[in-house]
Amino acid sequence: MHNFNYHRAADVADASGKLTSLDDPKVLAGGMTLLPTLKNRLAAPSDLIDLAGIADLKGISVEGNEVVVRAMTPHAVVAASAEVQKALPALAQLAGNIGDPAVRHRGTIGGSVANSDPAADYPAGCVGLDATIVTNKRKIAADDFFLGLFETALEAGEVITSVRFKIPERACYMKFRHPASGYAVVGVMVAKYGAKARVAVTGAGPCVFRVAEMEAALEKSFAPASVADIKVSPEQLMGDIHCSAEYRAHLITVYARRAVEAMV
Amino acid sequence: MGEFGIGQPVRRKEDVRLLTGGGEFTDDINLEAQVYAAFVRSPHANAKIVAIDALAARSMDGVIAVYTGQDLVDAGVGVLINDASYTNRNGKPMNKPVRQVMPVAQTRFVGEVLAMVIADTPAQARDAAEAVEIDYDVLPAIASTAHALDKGAPLVWPEFGENLIVHWEYGDKDDVEAKLAAAHTRVRVDLVNNRLIVSPMEPRCAAAEYDAAADSLTVYTPSQGGRRLQMMLARNLLKMAPEKVRIISRDTGGGFGIRSKMYPETVMVAFAARKLARPVKWRGDRSETFVSDYHGRDQINVAEMGLDANGRASVLKVETLLNVGAYLSENGVRLPMEGGGRIIPCMYDIPDFYFSVKPMFTNTICTDTYRGAGRPEANYIMERLMDAGARALGLSREEIRRRNFITESQMPYKTHLGFTLDSGDFDGTMQMALDAADWNGFEARRAESASRGKLRGIGLATFIEGAGSRPVEGMRMRFEENGDVTLFAGTYSHGQGHDTVYAQLVNEFLGVDFDKVNLIDGDTATSPETSNGTFGSRSSMVGGMGVKRASEAIVAKGRKIAAHLLQTDAERVVFENGIFRAQSSSVTLAEVAAASRDASKMPEGMALGLDETVVFENDVENFPNGAHVCELEIDPETGILEILNYIAVDDCGVVLNPFIVHGQVYGGVMQGVGQALTENVVYDASGQLLSASYMDYGMPRAAHMPMIEALFNIVPAKTNELGVKGAGEAGACGAPPAILSAVGDALSHIGVSHIDMPLTPERVWRAIQEASVKAA
Ligand SMILES: Cc1cc2nc3c(=O)[nH]c(=O)nc-3n(C[C@H](O)[C@H](O)[C@H](O)COP(=O)(O)OP(=O)(O)OC[C@H]3O[C@@H](n4cnc5c(N)ncnc54)[C@H](O)[C@@H]3O)c2cc1C
Repeated sequence: MHNFNYHRAADVADASGKLTSLDDPKVLAGGMTLLPTLKNRLAAPSDLIDLAGIADLKGISVEGNEVVVRAMTPHAVVAASAEVQKALPALAQLAGNIGDPAVRHRGTIGGSVANSDPAADYPAGCVGLDATIVTNKRKIAADDFFLGLFETALEAGEVITSVRFKIPERACYMKFRHPASGYAVVGVMVAKYGAKARVAVTGAGPCVFRVAEMEAALEKSFAPASVADIKVSPEQLMGDIHCSAEYRAHLITVYARRAVEAMV
Repeated sequence: MGEFGIGQPVRRKEDVRLLTGGGEFTDDINLEAQVYAAFVRSPHANAKIVAIDALAARSMDGVIAVYTGQDLVDAGVGVLINDASYTNRNGKPMNKPVRQVMPVAQTRFVGEVLAMVIADTPAQARDAAEAVEIDYDVLPAIASTAHALDKGAPLVWPEFGENLIVHWEYGDKDDVEAKLAAAHTRVRVDLVNNRLIVSPMEPRCAAAEYDAAADSLTVYTPSQGGRRLQMMLARNLLKMAPEKVRIISRDTGGGFGIRSKMYPETVMVAFAARKLARPVKWRGDRSETFVSDYHGRDQINVAEMGLDANGRASVLKVETLLNVGAYLSENGVRLPMEGGGRIIPCMYDIPDFYFSVKPMFTNTICTDTYRGAGRPEANYIMERLMDAGARALGLSREEIRRRNFITESQMPYKTHLGFTLDSGDFDGTMQMALDAADWNGFEARRAESASRGKLRGIGLATFIEGAGSRPVEGMRMRFEENGDVTLFAGTYSHGQGHDTVYAQLVNEFLGVDFDKVNLIDGDTATSPETSNGTFGSRSSMVGGMGVKRASEAIVAKGRKIAAHLLQTDAERVVFENGIFRAQSSSVTLAEVAAASRDASKMPEGMALGLDETVVFENDVENFPNGAHVCELEIDPETGILEILNYIAVDDCGVVLNPFIVHGQVYGGVMQGVGQALTENVVYDASGQLLSASYMDYGMPRAAHMPMIEALFNIVPAKTNELGVKGAGEAGACGAPPAILSAVGDALSHIGVSHIDMPLTPERVWRAIQEASVKAA
């Protein structure tokens, strides 16, 4: 680890101010991704701005047709939340299957979303549940937020404050865990909003994506058979030493169908 | 047998200390005014070292020294040795390269240490290590076991003109091939025994301190016993008198075979401490552990077996390729021959045998001993062959084994390469496993799974091992004034629970309270002269017998002293439960020990003291064996596999502590599960390690651990008076073939004939896909 200056931000404005004024700063949330990166000397920020002391950034609420999870809420809290389990059980299930207990108690939704790891679970939750990413500056639709491999629409000085998930009629998240890392090799969030359907896939590609053909088929008939034969081309997918692109493509179809099976 | 004696499930006395943070691992040791080391590692698998420029690094804050391979040469430091000696049948000796601690002219694997930086803080050392500039001339590299012997493959050691180290053979190839051709049925398996990263919890570590006035060196390091390291470091490397070098391992976070070896970093830390006359410390990180700890396994085996119409096997041919990495590590090259070869054909009586082994160099870190060290590989070959034979002949898997087992009436039974098996009830052990698993009731369970769209399989593996290697070991027993007994052992407990088991033995033999027995090990200054350490499941036999011999000598001495105190003849004194009795009078062992310190109470001519140092010496090892049954279910759509039931029946002879042996079985099975299902080292074509972290290397997690029912079929060993057989490696021998047998059973019904480890979901899915394409 290289040396850095540590700051504990008093509030979001303080964090944002430091982010714009300091040399090469980084926000610190749960540290589950950032700290290993620093320990492996793969990054050397001049300053870390810790959000842990900002009370406003913690907590969960149901507001109208939305579940609002504030940025510093750890995965374990989302998983165990009675409100989430009632209003949006698929989100609780998603959060409860991230990593291991230690990671779930430290890692936060804000950190996960800001990182846009191609294998992370929350991106599928955000896109599949038509979420809005709220920052200190604006509101960004999840569809416009995740731009690529570790790339988001966040700008310098921008801090995620909460994520607002639209409550669907029904939803289900199915995950195939990576044999080594436990992250998603394929994670599929299927959600039904009246006549509309959303199918978001994480893990398989360089960034979360929607499968338009599946959504259209489900909008015609919301049944497992509708997606059972729809294939995503392996060409746009990733492969590694455990799971090839072809296998991931196969799994997307299987997990989408299983998610729908669980919903009907 | 009391509450704490032989065979009792006594709770481990070391656990409270270890589980409450009382352990003292090497990184917990901090020496006054210590400075820190960091290493510069090669990023290339094969490259000439053109120049090393450490000028910038030397001038950085806190930097004390930078050493390169040339500095070691200039200082007269020796090389890392390997004393294997094999010859080709044409008389040509094996190829043996010189291994410098840090190479001067060429690097041969990614992660090899090329320079060392010493600085005031660990961070400064690392910063400076990054500033050392090395100019390389990068050469083509070879990492693949399957291709390193191909014509035109890049050569790891061009001076030999080949990557082959030796072609070692046993038996008559032509004769065996003729017999295979003439056999009623001939089966063949082509197997990859996947390379593994050993992953002790504690990364490698070393701290060293030099006393200039005494010219003596103390090195703290994790190990499996320090005597060999002491000898190597003193005699071969630093050219010091052995008594001037002391190796201390307080606690060690896992050995598994690879922690018994001398690594370049340890030598370097010791060298720097002496050179600078300042304590030096280094703690490797997990990434360094991945690239520079020795790896395990990495064989390719082609094996054929000839059987008659009744399923009796009579002829066996095994051809093995072994990837030993860039250098000869201490034992890597020996494993197929001396580890596995001596036990093949394992539990089976097969008269004709041809065995060919081709160890090879590649541009990878060395392989060496890993839990089982050649025996898991040997058993895996035989079990896959037996399953293939059963399938070819339409026999059940248990029946073909039964027809080929070596029986008790054939024992002592000499194996082809020189073990003499003394005992074992192979059929009875297998039957226990089959019964415990409800083997005969399996088809109903298969049907139930099929009704849910799942493929269920049940697998069987039997296995045998040779344990207790190098059966010579010292043991010292000392009586303290407060009545405690201290054992000084040359074996070294690094997780095995010797504190507990040796205390049970002292309690059994001498009646001393379990809590009054203390073990001191892991220190060459206090361990007996003859001490080899702990590996190859040897400590129960060599350490246990050391305690027994010392106890016997103490009782013999004690009877004389007691007779003197009780004014009778030694012949009339009996010893039982810690008390010497002669008719109605008696004296306790503690009283005898106290008397032995007082010349006025001792018989004339007897030396003071009750303490004893003994050397236990045996001609032979012992032969643990067992039978494992695994039942599992496969989701054919994804290839995901789940173990539903696991039965392990072990014959590890007399069980000294079932609680501890069960722990060994669980751990060994888990490592076997890892090899079978998730673990695999992958190098790319240029020799870069792709599975270089737990994000990419499939280390099994708690969730992969099946419920294991561990049972014993106790057949006391005849090779030692305790009747013990080793227990540490059994699980790693049994689990891979048992799991593969189960998967074979689940998938052969749909036409899959071959699959290799590790059984990742994609591999299983592809095998199913290919079979269904063929069937269509
Ligand atoms: C062993 C392990 C297993 C894991 N398994 C999974 C898994 O299965 N699935 C999964 O989805 N994830 C997994 N993770 C990731 C984990 O869930 C965390 O979500 C992730 O590490 C990021 O969250 P964090 O709070 O730790 O963020 P940090 O590590 O603190 O930060 C991550 C990045 O986000 C930035 N950032 C943090 N908060 C904000 C904010 N509010 N606004 C703007 N930028 C911000 C930081 O500057 C940094 O660049 C795993 C992690 C580990 C260590």
